[in-house]
Amino acid sequence: MANNKKPVIEMRSITKRFLDVTANKNINFTLSPGEICALLGENGAGKTTLMNILFGYYSCDEGDIYIKGEKVKLSSPKDAISRGVGMIHQHFTLVPSQTVLENIIVGTDSEKGIFLNLKSARVKLLQLQDRFGLQVNPEAKVWTLAVGEKQKVEILKALYRNVDILIMDEPTAVLAPSETIELFKTLKSLAKEGRSIIFISHKLNEVMEISDRIVILRNGEVVAEKKTSETNTKELANLMVGREILERIKRKEVAPGKSVLEIDNLTVINDKGLEAVKKANMIVRKNEILGIAGVSGNGQRELSEVLFGLREPVTGSIKINGKPVKTGSPVSAIQLGIGRVPEDRIETGLMMDLSVEENLILESHISPNFHNKGLINFKNIHHFSDVLIEEYNIKTAGRNAEVKSLSGGNLQKLILARELDGKPILVVASQPTRGLDVGAMEYIHQRMLEEKERGAAVVLISEDLDEIFTLSDRIMVMYEGEVMGDVPIEKATREQIGLLMCGVKK
Amino acid sequence: MIGLKIIKRKPLPGWVKIIIPVVAVVITLIFSAVPILIAGGNLWKSYYYLFYGALGTRYNLLETFVKASPLIFTGLAVAFAFRAKFWNIGAEGQLLAGALLATWVGINFTGVPQFLLLPIVIISGFIGGGIWASIPAILKTKLKVDDVVSSLLLNYVMIHIMGTLLFGPLQQAGSSWPRSPGILEAARYPMLLARSRFHLGIPLAFLAVLIIWFINDKTVFGYQSKAVGVNIKAANFGGINTTSVILKTALISGGLAGLAGVGELCAIHYHLLMDISPGYGYSGIVIAMLGNLHPLGVVFASFFFSIVLVGAHTMSRMTGVPTYIAEVIQGMALIIMLISLLLTEYKIRVVRK
Repeated sequence: MANNKKPVIEMRSITKRFLDVTANKNINFTLSPGEICALLGENGAGKTTLMNILFGYYSCDEGDIYIKGEKVKLSSPKDAISRGVGMIHQHFTLVPSQTVLENIIVGTDSEKGIFLNLKSARVKLLQLQDRFGLQVNPEAKVWTLAVGEKQKVEILKALYRNVDILIMDEPTAVLAPSETIELFKTLKSLAKEGRSIIFISHKLNEVMEISDRIVILRNGEVVAEKKTSETNTKELANLMVGREILERIKRKEVAPGKSVLEIDNLTVINDKGLEAVKKANMIVRKNEILGIAGVSGNGQRELSEVLFGLREPVTGSIKINGKPVKTGSPVSAIQLGIGRVPEDRIETGLMMDLSVEENLILESHISPNFHNKGLINFKNIHHFSDVLIEEYNIKTAGRNAEVKSLSGGNLQKLILARELDGKPILVVASQPTRGLDVGAMEYIHQRMLEEKERGAAVVLISEDLDEIFTLSDRIMVMYEGEVMGDVPIEKATREQIGLLMCGVKK
Repeated sequence: MIGLKIIKRKPLPGWVKIIIPVVAVVITLIFSAVPILIAGGNLWKSYYYLFYGALGTRYNLLETFVKASPLIFTGLAVAFAFRAKFWNIGAEGQLLAGALLATWVGINFTGVPQFLLLPIVIISGFIGGGIWASIPAILKTKLKVDDVVSSLLLNYVMIHIMGTLLFGPLQQAGSSWPRSPGILEAARYPMLLARSRFHLGIPLAFLAVLIIWFINDKTVFGYQSKAVGVNIKAANFGGINTTSVILKTALISGGLAGLAGVGELCAIHYHLLMDISPGYGYSGIVIAMLGNLHPLGVVFASFFFSIVLVGAHTMSRMTGVPTYIAEVIQGMALIIMLISLLLTEYKIRVVRK
């Protein structure tokens, strides 16, 4: 659409910090009426933060926001909505036990007073539905609706409030392909009416299809701004992922040995009941790191949870050293000698209110060395903890210090110490350096390489391409539950992997 | 505009945890002055008789121990469960379940040797409470039913089961009251000190404190239940069988509450009565919180409560302040303790907007 009109949104030099992390650095962003603008970037690039600022969830530390030419200070989403800015989150904010209509009028004038003014609200809703082709039965209870329909309700909820600037946070992440097509139709018809849409995504094909303009964020900064008609997926992939390479760590060439992990035809269902991993196959050998690249949310979590023993697959087999694995049992994973580094170290990996020592012995406290008929052998445990703290260079006040006093890097070192101490035959590390500083990151990379050289088979799941290229011997990519690629590192290029990550197959 | 902002604090040193309950008790006593004054009591006189009534004479002091015994058991029961984040609000029902099974055994086990009867009665009380507590634990682990609600509601179920039995098959022949026949002589707790009701249940309560303390700090099970309480997801990840840990925790917790019922049955009433517990199970929740879920803290809190309960009678007699003041003080202690605990994690700042 034409860019010559006065912008409806102008964000000038927006900066937002969370403790030590700068989520948005000096960002400028404008939006024209009737425009669909895509915000593209990896997870953690700062897209959602920026939009949460525009929606009044966060206040920015520096910078100004202008809506329709007027300088505004937004202190809550209510402020934003009253100025015509609506946001639809990845996770819906509907009340499942209420009807569509009731959900839509919550907090509006139709609800004020003692009695609900359902009749006129219903008329208004039906008009909106006709106008934009968003057909949902107003009397249906929300819990009975499919995901795509719920999203329609969210959009209707925004339109009902006369929103003319709509922010959609990764709207297709939860949708089936046919629902996505329908959503895109709706968005285009909204834009035609002169409403503006901000489309947050990390999927290149979708961005190319739906948007007029693309703003690319990386590490909290705008790295580029492109007209959609003047760019292509390859260029976008490069911009999104970046090209800096950490070359301080050198991989040692070790000839891989016999296969340790064999996954055959593995299908896994996620908590929403959708197929998260689809018929995956892979082999990982001794002395080898298999890097699994991909934007997170494409089934990596579910795959890792199966390997950790936390989730039962639907079909398929997993063998370790040729023997079938008992799935869905953390105990059996531990006994088989799998070193497990979970992606959410605080939620799954650690007990933040307990001491360093109590966390270190989590998996080994039942070993005969550490107890005698149920009585804890403190002497051996203290010795064990002191050795690990020293060996893994965990910076802490001591083994009795509460784990929550440790920094992120030291938390991860603690997990590595616990998981690698038993000399595992297989190491599965999921996003092992997410959120860590460079020093800790390097340490962890070094450790992973040492594990490989020692003889372990390593599965490295990461959305950090630098990490994947620094450590892996072979690279595979996960996209929408499919595991594809399998490229030896010598033959892999960033462009190729970056495109696969975005679902573009050559 | 001036507003208040709640900010997370940095972790406080360990000794604060020990100081907090003491501070909470002092603040409670300060605030209790308000209702005492409203009731028309002279403040110093009232407090003097409150403590004199509980500690001033040999008999009263020993009565304070008698009162503390069931409170220690229920407080310990709740503290042990809460430590594993099994939210057992049902100590009252478990106390009754324990008393019920112990009554049945204590009436009917005529054939067993005299010296064996009492241990069997005690064990059956433990089992009765344990089984009753395992119901919400099973519902929680198998069906994800909220343990707060189920354990609380089971109290009422147990009260009605008791009522049905005491007005029916378990009613004493010839009695028009809802009370069971008396338990056998050999099932009674021996009195340990002359001219008092200082009974076997009191040293048993202290023994239980030591055992739970030992389990918590020295055993693999204590470690596992703590891990489950702190982060059940991580505990499961680390290979701990969380279902089994919660079930065992519930059994022990309910068993302890059951022992409170056994004590009241075998040392105080000798019959099962509808009002065998004046809410010891609920007081146990407050005591566990006030004691910071530590066995030693439970002892401390139990004595605070029993002093207030026993002393309130003397205070009432001498100053005219109603004995209900005891319950006001208990309620106040819980709220103040909860606020104090909150303030160890967060601080409140006045901010200008």
